[in-house]
Amino acid sequence: MQLAIWTYEGPPHIGAMRVATAMQGLHYVLHAPQGDTYADLLFTMIERRGARPPVTYTTFQARDLGGDTAELFKSAASDAFRRFQPQAMIVGASCTAELIQDDPGGLARALGLPIPVIPLELPSYQKKENWGAAETFYRLVRGLCAPPAPRPAGRAPSCNILGPTALGFRHRDDLREITSLLERMGITINVTAPLGATPADLTRLGEADFNVVLYPETAGPAAAWLARAHAQPATKTIPIGLNATREFIAEVAALAGIDPAPILAAESSRSAWYSRSVDSNYLTGKRVFVFGDATHALAAARVATEELGFTLVGLGSYAREQARELRDAAKAHGIEATISDDYLAVEASIQAAQPELILGTQMERHTAKRLGIPCAVISAPVHVQDYPARYSPQMGFEGANVLFDTWVHPLMMGLEEHLLGMFREDFEFQADAAPSHLGAAAATATPTLPATLTWTAEAERELGKIPFFVRGKARRNTERYATERSIGTITLEALYDAKAHFSR
Amino acid sequence: MSAAALAHAPAAGCTEAPVLRERGQREVFCGLTGIIWLHRKIQDAFFLVVGSRTCAHLMQSAAGVMIFAEPRFATAIMEERDLAGMTDANEELDRVVAQLLARRPDIRLLFLVGSCPSEVIKLDLSRAAQRLNATHAPGVRVLNYSGSGIETTFTQGEDACLAALVPEMRADPAPSLLVVGALAEVVEDQMRRQFEALGIGPVAFLPPRRAADLPGIGPGTRFLLAQPFLAETARLLEEHGARRLAAPFPLGAEGTTAWLRAAAEAWDVPAARFREVTAIGEQRARTAIARHRALLAGRRITFFPDSQLEIPLARFLARELDMQPVEIGTPYLHRQHLAEELALLPTGATLSEGGDVDSQLDRCRAARPDLVVCGLGLANPLEAEGFTTKWSIELVFTPIQGYDQAGDLAALFARPLDRRMRLMV
Repeated sequence: MQLAIWTYEGPPHIGAMRVATAMQGLHYVLHAPQGDTYADLLFTMIERRGARPPVTYTTFQARDLGGDTAELFKSAASDAFRRFQPQAMIVGASCTAELIQDDPGGLARALGLPIPVIPLELPSYQKKENWGAAETFYRLVRGLCAPPAPRPAGRAPSCNILGPTALGFRHRDDLREITSLLERMGITINVTAPLGATPADLTRLGEADFNVVLYPETAGPAAAWLARAHAQPATKTIPIGLNATREFIAEVAALAGIDPAPILAAESSRSAWYSRSVDSNYLTGKRVFVFGDATHALAAARVATEELGFTLVGLGSYAREQARELRDAAKAHGIEATISDDYLAVEASIQAAQPELILGTQMERHTAKRLGIPCAVISAPVHVQDYPARYSPQMGFEGANVLFDTWVHPLMMGLEEHLLGMFREDFEFQADAAPSHLGAAAATATPTLPATLTWTAEAERELGKIPFFVRGKARRNTERYATERSIGTITLEALYDAKAHFSR
Repeated sequence: MSAAALAHAPAAGCTEAPVLRERGQREVFCGLTGIIWLHRKIQDAFFLVVGSRTCAHLMQSAAGVMIFAEPRFATAIMEERDLAGMTDANEELDRVVAQLLARRPDIRLLFLVGSCPSEVIKLDLSRAAQRLNATHAPGVRVLNYSGSGIETTFTQGEDACLAALVPEMRADPAPSLLVVGALAEVVEDQMRRQFEALGIGPVAFLPPRRAADLPGIGPGTRFLLAQPFLAETARLLEEHGARRLAAPFPLGAEGTTAWLRAAAEAWDVPAARFREVTAIGEQRARTAIARHRALLAGRRITFFPDSQLEIPLARFLARELDMQPVEIGTPYLHRQHLAEELALLPTGATLSEGGDVDSQLDRCRAARPDLVVCGLGLANPLEAEGFTTKWSIELVFTPIQGYDQAGDLAALFARPLDRRMRLMV
């Protein structure tokens, strides 16, 4: 058993729902107990969709367990076919139904429906949401994609865009940004999937020259299969951030056999100038902790250090599959990656690193509140406020602009930071108050560290004069300095000795 | 229910009305969602769900939009090893509970909450609670109940939780009034004042705001249900000698008066005194309600099943705001507890219990009601089809009981109609 206060991913059948809901003309029959329909709310409320997800649940109850739950599944599947007339169907079980072992695949086959029915095996007690989405998309592509056809010569280069799903973090706008970028490069989009695709569209995937994989978490296995079965190469670079977008353009141009120079020369992002402008000087060396899915965490670490001048003090992900890449990226910054899906372990890493900014998920917003640290969201899981009405991609040139605004916003603005360092007794702009441009909203409880060392009253007062967003780090450094030198009581001198020693 | 109140009711009401029962997909929450409001009500309690990642995901999807410094609920997620019997599930649970209590030393009451997976594999949480009590007494009391979807629907989770508290109540034979059902603090305080003015007491509430304030129970205890979904809690209270005062539920001016009257009659409060105490509140409620009548009177309303509040709400809207119920769906219909409500409910609406969401949607589309009360899984899709909806979960999260909330309750139904008229996009 794992104690989970928050969980980074849902169960794998939620991943399957994300694929089914992203597509058109596909229906999902899910063997699940009463109550599991809560998942509909993810799509109707959090993503604010105006249609019910194409999912039929058997919603069995305790009294059904004594009877024939298999029969219940069969009648739900045939009713769903009659009512919704889908082009194809996927069938599977949720975690409770997995325990009663009714075999939805076999039962659906026995119904002899006149459409492709693709059974899903999603082990709920081992795997999670992203795996479920990737597996579902892979099974669909494998089950529906027609045999390879010769690609006509002499036409414009063509690609598929793979990965965007329902309930993806900014998938809607990333897709628009990248589609328009590819079109400006003169590339034809063959199929975009799963978002907006029909089962019939999936049969045409083989007609493209190559695949653009935007989210390896959901499209990785399908793209790997298309590379094997249809000899379609796939992009590896994720175009989040200015530098990554430029690399992505070069990579796509190479796959498409075109010259990237004109578009690279013509386009850029305001974020580059914003970051160079003197107002951003104070951002230099801000200590940032990055956590999220592997794709967004790796991209954010790069943007934070290369494009904003932050110092990376923590990097991690809940995606164990990409652990090696994350460890390598962390090592380059002299830190150790936090690879964990345990919210409490991530919280402990953050506490140890004492960052000035957390770039994370909805879950890190809880930790940030507890520790009183500014925070911006870079990755799923996210809540309703991160499915905004306005255009807000993470990818491409406009995405880089969005990242600049979003990440700098929670930090205290330069002038206020300076004045707080000088004058600490203002009745309004107090040392422990939240940045005034955020209103009174963010309370900043200073975390209490275990009192292993004694501080003299004078030293403690002096510590209080250090701006609150670096105070935790100063306390930790001083205590480390004192412990290493067996100094039992921290005096004013020890505080400044430690400051000189670490000299941030 | 007094004879006087019944005299105003239509001759038959819906006491004998047929109830439509169908089988199909049920678009409802499981009982685990009760934790979302119960954890705020009992401030030193912690709710540990023993379940799967799905259960954890449900909880955070429902509550995670709030940013918690320290949430008072969590999930012990069962893993492959727990199912394969490779680890002793009980030892694992003990470890998780110890980890949790070390992190949260302020917790006095811990609920182990059963889920579908834990019920299906028959993990005995009541034995686990007993064992953990021995380990963590006297600082922490450990109880258990089931909030699984296979056994409980939405608000029934509160019923199961309160039922788990009943055996914990100390024996107290003295006469007292117990108000049962989690109520907003402001509503509780108003009721306390009204009972005091009527000379009824002592009055206690279940659940209490803190675990240590659990009321006593015995043959002198009379209880009023403040919520219609408390079947099991009421049964257990009666087993412990307490007696239920039959009444409609305290929604609207009429419902609140009848509810208070049930207690007044049990305490032999003179009629004149009762009128004197309740008249002002009742009048205030009627004035507040009247402001919404123009928007709501004559409008046709359909309820999808959700919380068991549907019948009392339909009664209030029909009798005090002249709305016309078309279909009233409820997840579960407790005939005895709702007898007074059914008698007051005007005839003409379809009553349905449980049901099949697709066929109820077909009936709703055919009937084209002016307002649809439904869950959040259906609300936006129905809005997109051109229906005006009132999402039902809000009715459980908002103070709606008693005189001084009657206007707010009417406003909850008027607001979506008002909004639809205002918006020009």
